[in-house]
This record gives sequence, C-alpha cells and structure tokens, in this order.
Amino acid sequence: MALIEINSLHKTYNTTAVPVHAVNNVTLHIEKEEFTAVVGPSGSGKTTLLNMIGGLDQPSEGEIIIDNTNLNKLSTSAKVDFRLHNIGFIFQAYNLIPVFTARENVEFIMLLQKRPKKEREERSNELLKAVGLQDRMHNRPSQLSGGQQQRVAVARALASRPNFVLADEPTANLDSVSAESLLDLMEQLNRTYQTTFIFSTHDDRVIKRARRVVTLRDGKIDYDKQNVQTVSGE
Amino acid sequence: MYLSLSWRNIWRNKRRTLIAAASVFFAVILAALMRSGQEGSYSYMIHSSAKLFTGYLQVQHEDYWEKRSLNKSIVMKDSLVQAIQALPHVTSLSPRLESYALISHGSETRVSQVIGMQPEYEQAMTNLKDKLIAGRYLTSGSESALIGEGLADLLHVGLGDSIVLYGQGFQGLIAAAKLPIQGIIKMPFESMNNAMVYLALPNAQDIFATYDRITSLPIMVDNIRHLATVDQQIASMTHHKYALKSWDEMLPELKQNIQVDNASGIIMLIILYIVIAFGVFGTVMMMISERAREFGILISVGMRKWRLMVVTTIETILVAFTGVISGVIASIPIIYYFHHHPIHFTGEATHTFEQLNIEPIFNFSMNPSIFWDQAFIVLIIALATAVYPLLFIRRLKPIDAVRG
Repeated sequence: MALIEINSLHKTYNTTAVPVHAVNNVTLHIEKEEFTAVVGPSGSGKTTLLNMIGGLDQPSEGEIIIDNTNLNKLSTSAKVDFRLHNIGFIFQAYNLIPVFTARENVEFIMLLQKRPKKEREERSNELLKAVGLQDRMHNRPSQLSGGQQQRVAVARALASRPNFVLADEPTANLDSVSAESLLDLMEQLNRTYQTTFIFSTHDDRVIKRARRVVTLRDGKIDYDKQNVQTVSGE
Repeated sequence: MYLSLSWRNIWRNKRRTLIAAASVFFAVILAALMRSGQEGSYSYMIHSSAKLFTGYLQVQHEDYWEKRSLNKSIVMKDSLVQAIQALPHVTSLSPRLESYALISHGSETRVSQVIGMQPEYEQAMTNLKDKLIAGRYLTSGSESALIGEGLADLLHVGLGDSIVLYGQGFQGLIAAAKLPIQGIIKMPFESMNNAMVYLALPNAQDIFATYDRITSLPIMVDNIRHLATVDQQIASMTHHKYALKSWDEMLPELKQNIQVDNASGIIMLIILYIVIAFGVFGTVMMMISERAREFGILISVGMRKWRLMVVTTIETILVAFTGVISGVIASIPIIYYFHHHPIHFTGEATHTFEQLNIEPIFNFSMNPSIFWDQAFIVLIIALATAVYPLLFIRRLKPIDAVRG
C-alpha cells in the first residue's frame, strides 16, 4: 500500500461568480522513500494539492489516505497532531522561529511531541550536523544566511521523524549555489533516513534531481513520470 | 521552552514592549497616587474631625444624640473609664459634659457651646493645650474658663476678665456662673473659634447641677479598622447599658461628602483604567497582528492552538507584570514622600475645607492595600487584553495565515 493515496481529489473555490477548480479530479499514489516533485505553472494547483496533503486545506471532494489514515475523518485538532507526528514542512521563506537559535528551532518540534530532553538534544545535534550547521547551532535565524536558514528548516522538518516531508518551493529564495547545496542535502537525507520528500516547485534544478515528476496543469495531472531528467516548468 | 519563547518574543521589539510596560507602569503609579491621596485625605478628615469633635466612638445615653439634653446624661464610674482606656486599640478618651449656654460680658451676649472636660484626658485626645494662645491651661480643679479667640473678640474680653454663663442645667435647673477667663484658645475653624467655652469637668458638673454625670465619652482608636472590635468590647463591658455611636453616625455630612468625593474619584480611576486598557490593547493587537503568518506556520507544523494561546498569554502576563511590579516599586517612595509631606492648601481652597470643618490638608495613605489593589486591577485590565490574542488564534486559519 502506498504511503500517500490521493483519490479523485477536488478543490473548488466559489469565491467568484464562476467556481475555480484549483484541483480537479487528481488521483495520485506516492510510495515510501520517493523524491517527488510536483511541478506546473503558477495557478496550476500544486500548492493547493500540497496544502491538502498536509492537512492544511480541506478537499471539496475526494480523499487523502496517509499511512492508512483518512485525513477527511480527522478533526481539526487531530489533524494538527497528525501533522506533528507524520509530516515535516519546509517553506519557501524558511519560517523559522526568529527568537530561537538553530538548535532550539529543531528541538521545538520535538518538544511539541513531548520527547525527552536528552533525545531532543541528541537528535537536534545529529540533524544540525547532518545539514552542516553544527558550528552555527547557537545562532539565531537573523545571524544565518538564507541557505543556512533553509538547512535549519530541513533539520526541523526531519526532527519529528515524519513519514514524509512537504517542501513548498524550497529553493525559490536561494541563490544557485545554496539551492544546489540544499538539494544535495535533501537527496542525501532521503537516502540516509529513507524519508519521503514531496516538493512543489518550478525550479529546473529541483525537477532535474527529482526521481518522479508530477506535472499539474489547470488542476489536473498532465504528466506523471519516473526518472525524468528535464521537464519544462512554466 | 514556552516561557523562554514568550520572554524572547516580547523582546523582539524592545521599544514597543517598553512602551506597553511603561503604560502599565505609569498607570499603576497614577492610580496608586490617586487612590492614596483619596484614602489618605478621607482618613485624615475622619481622624481630624473625630479628634476635634466626636472621637471615633462615643458612649452616651441611648437618647442623648436625638435630644442633646443634659437630662439624657449618664453616670460613668472612673473605674469603667479607665477600663475602657486600657482596652487594646484605644488610644485616648475624654469624658465630657456638653451643653449650650448664653455667654455674656457687659452688653455683649453670645450663644456658646460649653464643654466640661477633664484637662489631662482632653489634652491627650484633642491637644487642646496646644491651641492655647494666651493664658494658662485648665486643671481639674479650675473654676475658670478657656474661650475661643473669636468669642473673646466678639465679647471684647481678654485674660483676667470674667464672663457670665447662663443656661439650663440638669432637670430644668438654672445654670449660672461668673467665670474668669484663664486662657484663650485658637481653634482651627472660625465656627468653633467664635463659640467654644471649655471648663473643668467638676466645675461644669457643679454649674449645670449634673453632679457626677457626663453627656458623652468620646473615644479614639489607633486605626479605624479596629472600631468594630472596640465597639463590641465596650458593649460587652457595659452590658449594653449605653448607646455606642460611631463617627459616621455623629458626622453624617462628613461621611456623605467622603462618599460623593470617593465616587468622583472612582469615576476618574475608571477613566484612567479605560485609557490604560486601550493603550495596552493597541500594543497587544499590533504584537499579534504582525505575527499572524508565524502563528499559521506554528499551527501548520503541529503546534496546537491552545499551546499558542498559552505562549501569547504568558507574553501579555510578562509585559503586564513587568509594568505592574516596577510601578509598585516606583510608587512606594513617591507616596511615602507625600505621606510625610502632605499638601497644605492655601488661599480660597481653605474655605471649602473649613465649611466642612476639615483642616485644609491633602494627606496620602501608605496603606499597603492601595498598592496591591491598584496593581491587581491594572494587572487584571492588562490580562483582559490577552483575550484578543486568544480570539485571534482561535479564529486563525493556518492556511490563510501562511499565505499572508
């Protein structure tokens, strides 16, 4: 059974006179340890799809089953707990807690999970070492570069030992060197921790590295290909 | 870590946090100062009026206050007076025989209030001797009189002159006496200055034919809070034989004036509280609104809303506490100074006070409850503003917040 099963998913916005079908009958199965990019032009529905996979948005129709849990059947607070224990998030703008150090940002997720202090410290050390920031763990986000902040965000996303990581345009705010470095890191973590990564992106560098590329257009899946080396984004 | 998160969050924007804490800080100082001034003045008004006129408590015949007649006087043994004086919290007392009489000299006659008193007791209670501006103070065996300065002027008399007292004594007997003037006193109010005549109690009892009777036993206590206790003890000692009148029964105008002034003071305080509430609320609103996206992110990554509410509530508590504690600390020396250096009114303002028979002094209270009460109220107001973040977070949709 797939880690993520998306069946006949619809998301319709009725904010205008004409309903907007942001996601239109998407069916998609994502297996464990996949390194998948969801691509497509702006407005194609990739962020909406990722938001629904992350339990942040409610589908209009269809269902999402993650590791045998149907998200539609979870209450709002249960979804929060589900996200905490099953999903890691990486955001385009890093979105670290500005008043915490790199290490505290990583630890914070584990604190929410009520993990013991010793485990929190050991895991945050391990993850920050894995992302190459063992020397900057006591720095606050404002003292780190964009690439370094996104690395902390990656460590934070993995801190909860999630089933998968959702990354929304993770390289969009990074220069090319930082972006390549981040992708190297995520590939390595994907292999090391067998963590599933799902990206929304229209960055060619990400698309080239993805082992599976799902292309959306007008809310529908246009292509779904394995091991694609070059896929045109926008 | 939540406490740490809250503490660091409030210092993200130091200036804003300091402004919010400062508004609470000044609010506590202002509220404590206002309240201290009011309560201090009320206490002083009550104390000075009680000291000068009635005492905090009076032992009387049950009909005396209504009739004001010597026929409603009482016999009180010295042993009972001494026993009452020995009660805890009783600081002084003065057995008195009070009546009204015509006082004449030559062709001038005035209606005066005549008080027969035991000079040592009266001195202990009212410091009457200190008001002497000419002549000598009375002794218990004196057969002469002390008169107010104003009355002396009206009658055109001075030391060594004699006045004639003419009035009604006990059970309709005529009270008449020729009294040499032994001293002239200056009372704090014109109305008293123009009307008071003091005699030694035995002499007054002899003139008014009351023998060993007195009309009242005014009593001072160390603190108005102990009045009820002393009242109960005296009632028990006297087997409920006498009426016990408290200052507010004997000085109802003073009580009403205090109530009216207190009400206006409370209205001022409420206005102050409202201004504070809006100031703190505005700051909290800004602190929260600009972090909507961050809240959205935290909820997205798995932070329950209630945990976020705890963090924001702790933030508000920390800001409010910082302001409240520093406000209390700063207000203590300010109020302490005014407590020991009360404001003395001069000019026109003094007339208003004198009309109420109150010395024109604005005193400040150091009652600890003033500091804690104001601190507590301001803290509650500040905490009430924490409701906004709670509602904000409750309504927050993480997806909308993350989108910005």
